[in-house]
Amino acid sequence: MISTAEILRVSGRALLANKMRSFLTMLGIIIGVGAVIAAFAVGQGANSVIDRQISMLGSNFMYIFPDRSAVGSFSTPRYLTISDAEAIERECSGAEAVAPLIETSAQMVYGSANWSAEVDGSSASFSAVHEWRVESGRDLLEDDVRAGTKVCVLGMTVADKLFENADPIGKVIRVRTVPFTVVGVFSPKGRFMGGYDQDDFILVPITTAQRRLTRNANTGRVGAIMVKGVSMRALDYLELQINDLLRERHRIRPDRPNDFRVMNVSQILNVRRQTTRTMSILLGAIAVISLIVGGIGIMNIMLVSVTERTREIGIRMAVGAKSADIRLQFLIEAVTLSLLGGILGILLGTAAGLGLARVMQSPPIFGLGSILLAFLFSALVGIAFGFYPAWKASLLNPIDALKYE
Amino acid sequence: MALIELLDMRKSFRMGGKEMEILHGVSLSAERGEFIAMMGPSGSGKSTTMNILGCLDTPTSGKYILDGRDVDSLDGDELATVRNVMIGFVFQGFNLLQRTSALANVEMPMLYSGVGARERRRRAAEALERVGLADRMDHDPSRLSGGQQQRVAIARGIVNKAPILMADEPTGNLDTRTSEEIMALFQELNAKEGITIVLVTHEASVAAHAKRILHFRDGVITSDEPNAIARGGDAA
Repeated sequence: MISTAEILRVSGRALLANKMRSFLTMLGIIIGVGAVIAAFAVGQGANSVIDRQISMLGSNFMYIFPDRSAVGSFSTPRYLTISDAEAIERECSGAEAVAPLIETSAQMVYGSANWSAEVDGSSASFSAVHEWRVESGRDLLEDDVRAGTKVCVLGMTVADKLFENADPIGKVIRVRTVPFTVVGVFSPKGRFMGGYDQDDFILVPITTAQRRLTRNANTGRVGAIMVKGVSMRALDYLELQINDLLRERHRIRPDRPNDFRVMNVSQILNVRRQTTRTMSILLGAIAVISLIVGGIGIMNIMLVSVTERTREIGIRMAVGAKSADIRLQFLIEAVTLSLLGGILGILLGTAAGLGLARVMQSPPIFGLGSILLAFLFSALVGIAFGFYPAWKASLLNPIDALKYE
Repeated sequence: MALIELLDMRKSFRMGGKEMEILHGVSLSAERGEFIAMMGPSGSGKSTTMNILGCLDTPTSGKYILDGRDVDSLDGDELATVRNVMIGFVFQGFNLLQRTSALANVEMPMLYSGVGARERRRRAAEALERVGLADRMDHDPSRLSGGQQQRVAIARGIVNKAPILMADEPTGNLDTRTSEEIMALFQELNAKEGITIVLVTHEASVAAHAKRILHFRDGVITSDEPNAIARGGDAA
């Protein structure tokens, strides 16, 4: 019986003898594994952004989103405004604090330091709703919101990145070229469940955000309204209050659906879980299909290779190779192809994930799990699809193989 | 005991749904150290006989005893071992692995008998020296002449110290002068190393180098005679 090291050398030489073909054969696996790695990384990155949003919520907390699927109803205005938020605070007895929200992300510069982070435009109630404490300086004031002043309160991470050990209070930073005066710094909350950095944001008055950082200046639109209930038990009641108030304010006829959605934390978590599951299933399906296609490619080439090298098989058998030796040789060639394809795919996927994340503005997260899985799977594909050609090669009769032209 | 003992061997092929017998009971006995040439027109059964003797093919019926072992009872893996240890092959078309050095080609049989890398290299180099190719070890077959390629094949045949060398038209692709050199090498291996040689050829001038000549016609042996005046410098 031939030794494993020798068979690896024999197989390696055969693959090197046909470099272009070997590469093209691997391409299916490379693209398959690459797509899976990139998609998982970007998906995980996107999830962590959602994590951040959830982390901002307390337990007796509600989120109101505009529901764009309600287009076609005769209701106006079909989006949420600052005055909606003010009305809820004024009229709903179940609401303890209400804050409108506009989220964006932006590059911020101080001196030679620059950093990219979330920018939350909100009202003076923001820290009450999310239970943020100001560590130094002051919080946003209602006057800031009313006047649209260019002031900001920094999350601890942003303060560290832009100012290191210096005192940021009173300094002017540029957020997308707009100068903002730092008036305060929030005390740190740390990472949410070991993932998203909750302190990586700055808070600005929502009016300023509308005017200076988004194009919603004239409409008064906001991305969402966050409501903190007086207690957990008040939530159901509060939801009804909000429902009635907003339907009335948006003049929605009784037979028309809402143009907004009210979600509490557990609903948001459920939606999130479902999305994640759907995405995982989808990615898994893509992975399996692409690896099967790649495997068929390998099987195809290996069958061609067995036919082409029938005479070689005959020579090896004539000088004493057993069926198992031949089988192992071709199997190892197939597994080498698929494993090498897997490794190249992991590299390609990592590069693609980094590139995609740049476009999507959410940092990719590369899990060791998905990389190991891709590696294992490609080895399995090599064995599964390499077995038939290898078995076919080993069944050859030495004299027929030798006579093959 | 005879090295090769063949008794009433028959071989048939299925062709177009019809069973066609091409060997009609061949019997043959050979001792160690013989040099046998099998002659006959194409289709006479000489090559088929040799393939069966070389354990590359199996007879339909009959008995084959090689070095006291009943070959019919061996399975595929055991036949592979017999080929590896007992028999070296030389073919008309050389049958070397392309893009593989002469040395690696000669090392190949030892891969399958588990000889270590160092010992393999040493023995392959020795065998190549033996056939006069000490200065061509790193050459690929494409850079060797026909005669040189056939010498590599012979080195591969003897490297595992197999007692039998089977040669199927070994000079079929070579010019007359090179043929003479290759046949002289066979004679030398037979005389000096005592290797039993079975040669298939349809050329009388090639067969003349052997010590015993068998004639085949239509699947039977028609004559079996010693060749008293073996051609060339028989050193024995």
